[in-house]
Amino acid sequence: MIYERSWEAVAFFAVFVGFTLGLSFWLGGKAKSSAGYFAAHGQIPWFVNGIAFAGDYLSAASFLGICGMIAFYGYDGFLYSIGYLAGWIVALFVVAEPMKRLGRFTFADALDAKFNSRGIKLAAGISTLAVSLFYLIPQMVGAGVLVQPLLGLDHWMGVVMVGAVVIMIVVTAGMVSTTWVQFLKGSLLVFFSAILTWMILDRGFTVEEGGNDGHKFRTLLVVSAAIAPEAVGTIADEFDVIPPDDVWKATKQPFVRLKERKSGRTTVWHVQDSDKDGQVSLKETQTVTKSKDGKTLVNGEPRGTKKGEPELFTVGYVSRLPDGKSSTGSLTLASFFSTLQDSEVVLWREEKVAESDGQITTVYYQKPTPGAQILRPGEHPIFKGIRSDRWFDRIDFISLMLALFCGTASLPHILIRYYTVKDESSARKSTIVGIASIGFFYVLTLYMGLGAMTSGALDVTDNNMAAPLLAKSMNTWLFAAISAIAFTTVLGTVSGLILASAGAVTHDLLGSAFGFQMNDDEKVRIAKLSSVGVGAIAIILGIVFRDMNVSFLVGWAFSVAASANLPSLVMILFWNGVTRQGVISAIIVGMVSSLSWVLLSGETYAKVYGLNAADSVLPFSQPGLITIPLGFLTLIVVSLATRTDTNDRNIPA
Amino acid sequence: MQSRNARIGMVLFVVYFILYGGFVVLNAFRPDLMEKTPVAGLNLAILYGFGLIVGALILSLIYGALCNNPKSSDQQEQHS
Repeated sequence: MIYERSWEAVAFFAVFVGFTLGLSFWLGGKAKSSAGYFAAHGQIPWFVNGIAFAGDYLSAASFLGICGMIAFYGYDGFLYSIGYLAGWIVALFVVAEPMKRLGRFTFADALDAKFNSRGIKLAAGISTLAVSLFYLIPQMVGAGVLVQPLLGLDHWMGVVMVGAVVIMIVVTAGMVSTTWVQFLKGSLLVFFSAILTWMILDRGFTVEEGGNDGHKFRTLLVVSAAIAPEAVGTIADEFDVIPPDDVWKATKQPFVRLKERKSGRTTVWHVQDSDKDGQVSLKETQTVTKSKDGKTLVNGEPRGTKKGEPELFTVGYVSRLPDGKSSTGSLTLASFFSTLQDSEVVLWREEKVAESDGQITTVYYQKPTPGAQILRPGEHPIFKGIRSDRWFDRIDFISLMLALFCGTASLPHILIRYYTVKDESSARKSTIVGIASIGFFYVLTLYMGLGAMTSGALDVTDNNMAAPLLAKSMNTWLFAAISAIAFTTVLGTVSGLILASAGAVTHDLLGSAFGFQMNDDEKVRIAKLSSVGVGAIAIILGIVFRDMNVSFLVGWAFSVAASANLPSLVMILFWNGVTRQGVISAIIVGMVSSLSWVLLSGETYAKVYGLNAADSVLPFSQPGLITIPLGFLTLIVVSLATRTDTNDRNIPA
Repeated sequence: MQSRNARIGMVLFVVYFILYGGFVVLNAFRPDLMEKTPVAGLNLAILYGFGLIVGALILSLIYGALCNNPKSSDQQEQHS
């Protein structure tokens, strides 16, 4: 698709960024001490902190990633919503109050409250950095991806822009400004998502033959003999059948290439319904061909740069409604699903064909899918395992859902938010507000995702743009607002992550583990310097990883956080026998084992190294089910082995 | 006081863990059941999924209502 720079979006961006930075500078005076810089003096009102939890947690992965996944695959993306929310139950019922009671600036403080050990600070500081960096990369790449179509800027400019704005937010007033930015973003995101959902329900479903750009996808009915490999046929005097070479014979999906007589361009068609009395229907596909000399063809013609020139058509439409209706009118929260359940939606799938002359053609073909299938789990490649015969594929699913459940309460940038309120009861209340707003948002993701699926506005090549494009199908201003909010989403989460990393560097590593003596002013100065440093690293990583599909890095972050941090966090609260050595070895074993598992998994083989997933030595990809219990086991065994009487003091629990 | 809150937290945690675990295990081993539409044309996947989100909110409100509020601002100084 060709994205035109939207001036409304530019205006919204400018207002948002200007307001955020203004707020940061205004608040800057309030964060002179390290208690102010890292924890906002513990004076953030609990309600604000609760919404800020939402602003911190609902990252670009939540908003753009989940909506996009639902828009392309249906229910599956919602499994992430469920898992991400369930994690908050662990945070509230197990971690919130003790975390507040034991710690001061970083989560390493809480682990170390009883021991005062450099080793624990070092291990916990490193795991904080590792988790935060994994989380940062997809956010930064996401920023570039978002800015590219909206503002017409290059990817690297988007990344640098986000980096620069975030560094300014964090450096001016640390946790104080970060909190207010997150509060702002959290409220806007939830509010506009609710508006969008209301508009989706109001619009209802309409049967279409193509997307909202007016192109109707063509269907040709031909006798099957006309497209047999050896046939040299013509179709309706309009097309010549191109005989398939070995590459096109070997495609997974049945494709036929036709040469249009009038224009001379080559188009690819998908063969469907081949059983009707020797007749088959050919459905129009969309193709993107990248030739060796770097040219791009779209549907057989050179890609245009302006509206009206050749580009991919928008997709996402209902092909059949229940009882043969052509449109539903407005729907209710429940009838939205029950109507879709009995309808049929045209989804699009892709297949890459590496042609013999070195050019690569990606074919996007139609897949009419019954609503009942869209609303059930197990369509997306990640979740297909639950319908597989392999037992390990099911284990993989359980392992992922366990990591989501355990990961939230172990994410350092979430945990530090407990130090910004005044006491345990505020920590609890703000978590409840967080659960309410995050839960409400996640319920809306299913409506927004399915709304995008049927909006007629989707770009087959980019599922991250599903939510903004859905808004665009409503009206331009809403599109501008949603895009700007998605951008602030990145700002809010990235500033939280940078602050968590800066805390780990300054407080845990330099201050405690390496024993640098710093007075309060120096501490703040070092923290600001490390914020700039981490921000610069994030910018570089965001540019380096631009072409990689990085959404699964968030999954890594959850697995590593849950395996490295959760065992110590939980056991320290519930078992008096924990020793210093136990905590250190649990963090290290959890971190190293989950990381190695991830690096050796089939998913990483396929997506990162470009190897065959089946060559992986591991039976399934998600580490959580093995490495989280392994962390607990290590902690218990090492603690028992190193237990001495001096360790046997009571801790408040 | 604190241990009372922690105990309530544990009980509610176990309740939710069973609900969530049930959802995960059902999805993993009986995905066909998720397609059934027991109420108002809504399938089990949606009902159970929404149930888990609403359930989390209900349990957290119950927790908030049952918990004591210890006066804790004076304790923070110990750890500095």
